[in-house]
Amino acid sequence: MSLSAIPDPLQLKTKRSSEDKFFRGVTRGAGLATFVILALIGLFLFLQALPAFESQGLKFLTNTDWQTTGTHPHFGVLSALIGSLLIAIIALIFAIPVSIACALFINDYAPTKLLGVLPLKNFLTAAVDLMAAVPSIIYGMWGFFILQPHMVGLEKWMSHYFGSLGIFQNTSGAYTSSFFIAGTIVGIMCMPIVTSLCREVFSLTPPGEREGAMSLGASRARVIRDVVFPFSKGGMIGAIMLGLGRALGEAIAVAIIISLTFPLNFHVVQAGGNSIAALIALQWGSGGNLGTSALLAAGFVLFIITLIINMIASRIVNSAKLAG
Amino acid sequence: MTDILVEQEPGTAPPKVASPKIIKRIRPREFKPSDVLILLLSIAASFSILWIIFAQLTLLNGALGFVMLWIPTFLFLYWFVNRQMFTRQVAVDRLIGALVTLGAGIMMLPLVLLTIFVFQRGLPLLSWSVLTHTQQGVVYTSTTGNNIGGVAHALVGTIEQVGIAAALGIPAAVLTALFINEVGGRFTKSVRVVVTAMSGTPAIVAGVFIYSIWVTRFHYSGFAGALALAIILLPTVTRGTEEVLKIVHNDLREAAIALAAPEWRTVWSVVLPTARSGLITSVLLGVAVSIGETAPLIMTIFGNQVMNANPFSGPQMALSLLSYKQIKLPIQSQINLGYTSALVLFILVFSIFIMARVLGAQRTKGNGGLIAKIGKVLSRTSTADVSLIGEDSGHEREEVVPHE
Amino acid sequence: MNSGVNAKQDREVNAQLVASSTTANSSLRVDGVTAAELDAKGVHAWFGDRLVLQDINLVMERTKVTALIGPSGCGKSTFLRILNRMHEIVPSASLAGEVHLDGEDIYDPSQRAATVRRHIGMVFQRPNPFPAMTVRENVLSGLRFNRIKSKFKDEIVEEALTKAGLWNEVKDRQKDLGGALSGGQQQRLCIARALAVKPAVLLMDEPCSALDPGSTLRIEQTVKEISHEVTVVIVTHNMQQAHRVSDKTAFFLAQDGNPGYIVEAGETQEIFDNPKDPRTADYVQGRFG
Repeated sequence: MSLSAIPDPLQLKTKRSSEDKFFRGVTRGAGLATFVILALIGLFLFLQALPAFESQGLKFLTNTDWQTTGTHPHFGVLSALIGSLLIAIIALIFAIPVSIACALFINDYAPTKLLGVLPLKNFLTAAVDLMAAVPSIIYGMWGFFILQPHMVGLEKWMSHYFGSLGIFQNTSGAYTSSFFIAGTIVGIMCMPIVTSLCREVFSLTPPGEREGAMSLGASRARVIRDVVFPFSKGGMIGAIMLGLGRALGEAIAVAIIISLTFPLNFHVVQAGGNSIAALIALQWGSGGNLGTSALLAAGFVLFIITLIINMIASRIVNSAKLAG
Repeated sequence: MTDILVEQEPGTAPPKVASPKIIKRIRPREFKPSDVLILLLSIAASFSILWIIFAQLTLLNGALGFVMLWIPTFLFLYWFVNRQMFTRQVAVDRLIGALVTLGAGIMMLPLVLLTIFVFQRGLPLLSWSVLTHTQQGVVYTSTTGNNIGGVAHALVGTIEQVGIAAALGIPAAVLTALFINEVGGRFTKSVRVVVTAMSGTPAIVAGVFIYSIWVTRFHYSGFAGALALAIILLPTVTRGTEEVLKIVHNDLREAAIALAAPEWRTVWSVVLPTARSGLITSVLLGVAVSIGETAPLIMTIFGNQVMNANPFSGPQMALSLLSYKQIKLPIQSQINLGYTSALVLFILVFSIFIMARVLGAQRTKGNGGLIAKIGKVLSRTSTADVSLIGEDSGHEREEVVPHE
Repeated sequence: MNSGVNAKQDREVNAQLVASSTTANSSLRVDGVTAAELDAKGVHAWFGDRLVLQDINLVMERTKVTALIGPSGCGKSTFLRILNRMHEIVPSASLAGEVHLDGEDIYDPSQRAATVRRHIGMVFQRPNPFPAMTVRENVLSGLRFNRIKSKFKDEIVEEALTKAGLWNEVKDRQKDLGGALSGGQQQRLCIARALAVKPAVLLMDEPCSALDPGSTLRIEQTVKEISHEVTVVIVTHNMQQAHRVSDKTAFFLAQDGNPGYIVEAGETQEIFDNPKDPRTADYVQGRFG
């Protein structure tokens, strides 16, 4: 038996038929096309936004007013940026607890058949999906006509009792069209996606771990706290970040509710607000060429922000999945 | 040696189970009828207490305020009663159960209220005439609430725009998903990342992009709107398709290869048909979402008050955009048109949604949830069926995931 | 075996664990921390409408090891899960009969399942330590779930790991994650975890079937040792194992899709050397199953 010659492995090459080459080429083209589209989005927005950038320079990020016509245009996206953030934060404050609770309910608490007849779990899951499919214009309309009047009372109460915290102050006496109301509606819109993703992650908890905890005497709530949550941490964070992306990008619902103001406004229960997406929607068509360019510049900023958030979300979720 | 109770004679089968009346079959439940009673009493008691006190708090009035105070009252009372009757552990466990259920309720409430709202406002004015006329020639005055014109131009616009968007976006999406899942290569991971990034891009960004690349050259048109919608549609359908393709068993592919089928044939004749119902679902879902988009249409189709059936030239209208524009106007009849248009839109989306669920009745891993499958960023490796029973080989898994 | 744990600390820890078991409404009294007797009377089990266990009557004596043997699919595991109220987790599951732990019916409406499970522990076929917790946290997890506070955490950990035959291997690795251990070590960790709350009974569902022979022998050793303090009920496919490890044996059988039942039960010696039922004889001699 000769040990000296261990042969090299065969280099296997697949010879593909031309029809397969065509197929592979086409799909590869589609894959590449997505790259191209994304790159084009960034590129074209930037190009069309150049006049605006050139006009204001870096001040574009720090100015708070929006004067795009006349001899001395002066505009910037800061007000809108902060507004987007405020709305997103308010939205998440509402969305996160409710979504996680709902996901837990569907996954762990809901009887599979309510009263032996109604397939509750399925029904709720479908309802959540439906909520995600409802157009944002309808959410906006409902928020504006129905929810807003009710929330005004709540806002008055908040500014009365918590007004000492600057953020809840109301100096104008007008309570409609505020960040708080817009944030609430956006929060409601984010709930379905966060719920869906969380529920999906929760359902992936290894049954073995659950049973292990239960066999030690853990109650249902404890199993959730000590088994499901640690396992689902990454997925939950990813879900929240996706919700964040959604909240930042929501244009129409905010546009309907908010009354557009430009000076920086941190009073969330007071009328007046801004957000990048709503700004574009509301100001479209006005402001001349420079105005349009400015809006495109704002769109570019929004694009970059949501891109970064999505990348981070992807990474967190994927690495959490690998570790856990 | 103690006796171990043995009921039957050696060598014989056990006696047939005696009449069922003797055997009391039980299903132990954490939440017994007496506990339900405690829950209901807590609800009633907290409601009554609050009703009496509420008159004192004048600033926080209205249904919302009442509910906001009622919930903590109920929770506290519920926890307290359980604490007195049982142990602290039980009380905390029940409290969390109540909170979780409450969360689910809060989540569902807007959906219900919203649906009522849309129908309540839009239905009275919906008529065949509204569906077949446009706004052409309508003069909106403050007295004629019923003369609202029609939504025909918007309906046609929506159908055309979404149709074109689907025709462009769906093949591209399926091909991309096929690339990621079947063909692969060095770029697979990157493409997946790109698709994820695209899906997070706000709709309005897609709109301004198309504006900057198309409308500036070719002006407003339905086609421009379709392009924006296609961009929104693409990542959704890609991810949904990708998920569905992953579920197709590799054995099928290997069998086809063993039969010397070329790759494209494997895909066309084996993989895609197997994944068909899931594909239909994700496609329909993408379509449903596109129909509802408003923001990207503002700067692409621009809007129109009369019929423009040519999507390639001239501004068009869409149901979503029509609603948006109308409800901001001052006259009631204008707003009414917005309500009606919103109702038509809602019915459309709802119908497609139902279709998607009915047609996509395929058992999937996990617990269903279409949006989750399409919207998630997790890359999932195949998991065993969700089963709560350990390995008791021979026994069927009883936790059957119902067909959707 | 209890090196490093002095008697006083042991008593105090035990007292705490006992005290935590006599809570407001839990009438489950356990005689100190020693083993208890499990008595199953007329147990039937259904999944949906399908009867899978029929009229099981079995006494599992305190401080003894009872083995449940029989071919696959005859309900041994289902029966085991009825003993610690894990059967009812499955939504469509139902049962009939009584299971008495030292005289108290665990299925009495006033009993909480979680409390029962604390006193009747379980080790599963596939080791399931909590991967995100350290070895030490795994062992203490039972105390955490039951909100049992103790100043003697280190002692409890050492005692449990020693009883499970794992102490020497992990005493310097207590901060390692539970998932970092080998298969056999993980299973012994699960045993330690279950023992840490001083249950009255330990149920083991084919604990060695996923392990190598070396780990199997070590676990069998553990079973024999702990049976002085804990009643053990072990389901096993391995007849030699049942013979080696158990004092009593019950032979389960299910024919052609019919519900499972106990054919014969008694002293292990008798069952293996001198079975009364010809089917038992066939099975233990390897003629089927």
